[in-house]
Amino acid sequence: MKYVKQLGIIMTLSFVGEVLHEIVPLPIPANIYGIVLMFLCLECGILKVSSVKEVSSVLIEVMPLMFIPAAVGLLDTWGLIQNAWIAYLVTTVVSTFVVLFVAGRVTQFVIRRTRAKAQADEIDTREDLEQEAKEA
Amino acid sequence: MKEFLETSVFFGVWISLAAYLIGWGIQRKWKLTIFNPLLIAIVLVIVILLLTGTGYDVYYEGAKYISYLMTPATICLAVPLYEQLELLQKNYKALLLGILAGVLTSLCSILLMTVVFGLEHGAYVTLLPKSITTAIGISISEELGGYISITVAVIIITGLLGNMFGEAACRLFRITEPIAKGVAMGTSAHVMGTSKAMEMGEVEGAMSSLSIVVSGMLTVVGAAVFAMFL
Repeated sequence: MKYVKQLGIIMTLSFVGEVLHEIVPLPIPANIYGIVLMFLCLECGILKVSSVKEVSSVLIEVMPLMFIPAAVGLLDTWGLIQNAWIAYLVTTVVSTFVVLFVAGRVTQFVIRRTRAKAQADEIDTREDLEQEAKEA
Repeated sequence: MKEFLETSVFFGVWISLAAYLIGWGIQRKWKLTIFNPLLIAIVLVIVILLLTGTGYDVYYEGAKYISYLMTPATICLAVPLYEQLELLQKNYKALLLGILAGVLTSLCSILLMTVVFGLEHGAYVTLLPKSITTAIGISISEELGGYISITVAVIIITGLLGNMFGEAACRLFRITEPIAKGVAMGTSAHVMGTSKAMEMGEVEGAMSSLSIVVSGMLTVVGAAVFAMFL
């Protein structure tokens, strides 16, 4: 029954997400409501990681497969992009890598600066303590 | 045979799975970025459909059952994210700033490129949500008057690029902190980038999952504002 329960919880959240998408007039899809709800349930202790762990691992591992149908759909879109495909493609490629660069480097910069600051603070406190010890 | 395929429930699922396994085998044999299992699977399925004269709707009749799992699977990304809660709390400033910078870069770069290529407003708003998860992307594009099916196409291509080259790009751009790698993958290439980030490591996967949610929400607001610029 363990896996049935896990699947039950995941499907419940999917459904609740769908309901929220229906009633809340915002362009937020069911999966985003679902992921936030799942996170909140875990955070508040309503759910334990162990009560969804296995089935969620399976679903995450199988995930790449789920992109295939939509991507094969490019077959049908070709006719629409045909005329301006170079513009679309170049924009997509350039923008993707620029975003990857900026998002990654900004995050890395802030992490490292925070870490360096923390270390500097630590050294400061240690020096202060030593100073105090000496004075005493 | 053709009539049979048209009524078959398992054809679409089977061919997708078989193609993915072949792709996976090829990548294991020749460890080259270009042999991405997902890309191989997509190309193989397209080629087979074209060769056999099978329409996309026939294929999708079966394949829709795989797509159906997309929502539950995305929701499950909250689990590895929660497992990294401590890291999340400790680095929230870096995470938020990184994702925000990524979203703004995405919108600005698209505005700039659209101007460079002289595309019209419709094409511009079609491209605006390209780095976020398909479901949100579609609704943004629809809201702003874009071409929805092209939005889906550019979102998929973006994801595929992230999935294929994201890891190499992180190396090239000297992004070495696992948290930063995760943010880079998720903010630039949504769920498809995240699925790769999951393979790169637990921290990368979790931070990438967070980026999907945050960048998705920020883009809802950002795209509406940017749509007024052109």
